[in-house]
Amino acid sequence: MHYHLPEDILAIRDLCADIGRKHIRPVREELDRENRFPTEIMKVLADSDMFRIYIPEAYGGLGLGALALCIAAEELSRVCAGVATTYAANALGAMPILLSGSEEQKKRFLPDLADGRKLAAFALTEPDAGSDAGGIRTKAIRDGDHYILNGTKQWITNGGEAKIYTVIALTDPDRGPRGASALIVEDGTPGFSYGKKEDKMGIRASATRELIFEDCRVPAENLIGREGTGFMVAMKTLDNSRPGVAAQAVGIAQGALDEAMIYASQRRQFGQRIDSFQGIQFMLADMATQIEAARALVYCVARMIDGGAKKFEKEAAMAKVFASDTAMRVTTDAVQILGGYGYMKEYPVEKMMRDAKITQIYEGTNQIQRNVIASALIRETASREK
Amino acid sequence: MRIVVALKQVPDTADVRIDPERNTLMRDGVPSIMNPFDAYALEEGLRWRDALGGEVVAITMGPPQAEEMLREAISIGADRAVLLTDRAFAGSDTWATSNTLAAAVRKLGGAELVFAGKQAIDGDTAQVGPGIAASLDWPQVTFVGRVREISGGRLLAERFVEGGFEVVECPLPAVLTMLKDANVPRMPSLRGKMRARTADIARWGRGDLELAPEETGLDGSPTRVVKIATPEARAGGEIHRGSPEELARILADILLGGEAGE
Repeated sequence: MHYHLPEDILAIRDLCADIGRKHIRPVREELDRENRFPTEIMKVLADSDMFRIYIPEAYGGLGLGALALCIAAEELSRVCAGVATTYAANALGAMPILLSGSEEQKKRFLPDLADGRKLAAFALTEPDAGSDAGGIRTKAIRDGDHYILNGTKQWITNGGEAKIYTVIALTDPDRGPRGASALIVEDGTPGFSYGKKEDKMGIRASATRELIFEDCRVPAENLIGREGTGFMVAMKTLDNSRPGVAAQAVGIAQGALDEAMIYASQRRQFGQRIDSFQGIQFMLADMATQIEAARALVYCVARMIDGGAKKFEKEAAMAKVFASDTAMRVTTDAVQILGGYGYMKEYPVEKMMRDAKITQIYEGTNQIQRNVIASALIRETASREK
Repeated sequence: MRIVVALKQVPDTADVRIDPERNTLMRDGVPSIMNPFDAYALEEGLRWRDALGGEVVAITMGPPQAEEMLREAISIGADRAVLLTDRAFAGSDTWATSNTLAAAVRKLGGAELVFAGKQAIDGDTAQVGPGIAASLDWPQVTFVGRVREISGGRLLAERFVEGGFEVVECPLPAVLTMLKDANVPRMPSLRGKMRARTADIARWGRGDLELAPEETGLDGSPTRVVKIATPEARAGGEIHRGSPEELARILADILLGGEAGE
């Protein structure tokens, strides 16, 4: 498919493909096996300006927008979704500041993120608040010109590695979700520590950790927006990040198809290449078609965002659901095509299948995405009938 | 500080085949790349610019399509680039090429350092770097594996020789030719690629360089390639098996028998 991508975005794709080939492919299996954070690869991505693409020019970025970020996430995921998650989680962590931060906060935090000198992370999930994000309990109680933060955030991507955290906490616990606020918490703030590093099924190169706040004093000027807007900031952040997760899913699926195509052309059974069998051909054709359909939807939503659309929660959710379900199906089929070899760790497709699973879960499960899509549909219909 | 890096666009030898009839390189459809040794020269130039300030100017002599490689050099970090291209340069041997590149360094207003790769992977002469130094009458350090230090108008470099390395000190300006693995060449950056797309690449011909016709091109080349031949493939040797004594006897028979036979 020809998407008529502009030159800057083609340059991003080429660079990420190059980085994938030279710096990620040789180590992805080792990163996965050892659960090791890809510090060196983040340095390469920083030197290549990849952390600049989603940050406006005024703050040291290149201001290339949502489609650019999707292309980078897709191309990196094609090689290793664990590395891509680590990269994309920075955009997620920066998003609350980008969308709702003050001019002063943008000037203070974004240039270091654009340079890649510091990594960022977004902290919403808690042990008892997953899909029901309204159930968060972490408190941030105002005390003079500080907030006193207490509570635990769970499964935070880039936890322990990032220097800048955007944390959703209750500034007015009596008001529930309406009493939530977004705060910027820097690594090293007294009372802020890290819990255990999770041992995950997939995306094992990425760091997933608990954040523990014990009477952690955060300067009041680190409040993003106004008190009580935290939940809105979080939802807007996720609406903006979902196309990135969807792009990641497209990349994982494409990587698995690439492997399946090569294998099917080399593997011989019954005296012929297995890609000469119609049973395999139909599988490959379906995989490729589903991937292209997912990619087209993702690019379309990203272009919608870049075009200045105000409301795109439904479309972002559709892209995330469709692409991640596609990734799960395609990677499962890739393992099937490689058969016994596909099930072995010597071949990369079993890792891709493990990596694909998270895209149906994180940044809102696919069931929650369907809720988002359905409630938007119902709202649209109701407003038409008025 | 001005640092000039001399680059060459070469066919990717991983893909090159020899025409068995005409004994020439079959370049059709073979992708062109930056000579791999030159990538280390470029990286070394960029590192010293980053450390000491100034600019890196990438230069090459070649056909118009060599501009593509110069844009790549800019995407990796060179500040600007000059393409030396002119029909009058055609047929240049290493002497004429060195003269032409040296003339470009002079036209740039001189430089403190010229970096080049140890040799190009197509011609394999390793003569152009030293030739530039000779033409400019500058000192040269060849086969450099590491540049230790550049300060106070002098440099200290490790020059690899068989079995070890020499530490060479020399005054600037100087020409250095770089070995593989002298450093780790950086990747292009996105900003570099964006700049490379629109950068103005200067094009200089023989007139711009104020070279006489006998100083460049075929007329300025004292050497000629008279013939290119492919060595005949060696036939497989004989293989003998047996005890050391038996093998010694067989070998002696062959050697002495051969001599006796002549």
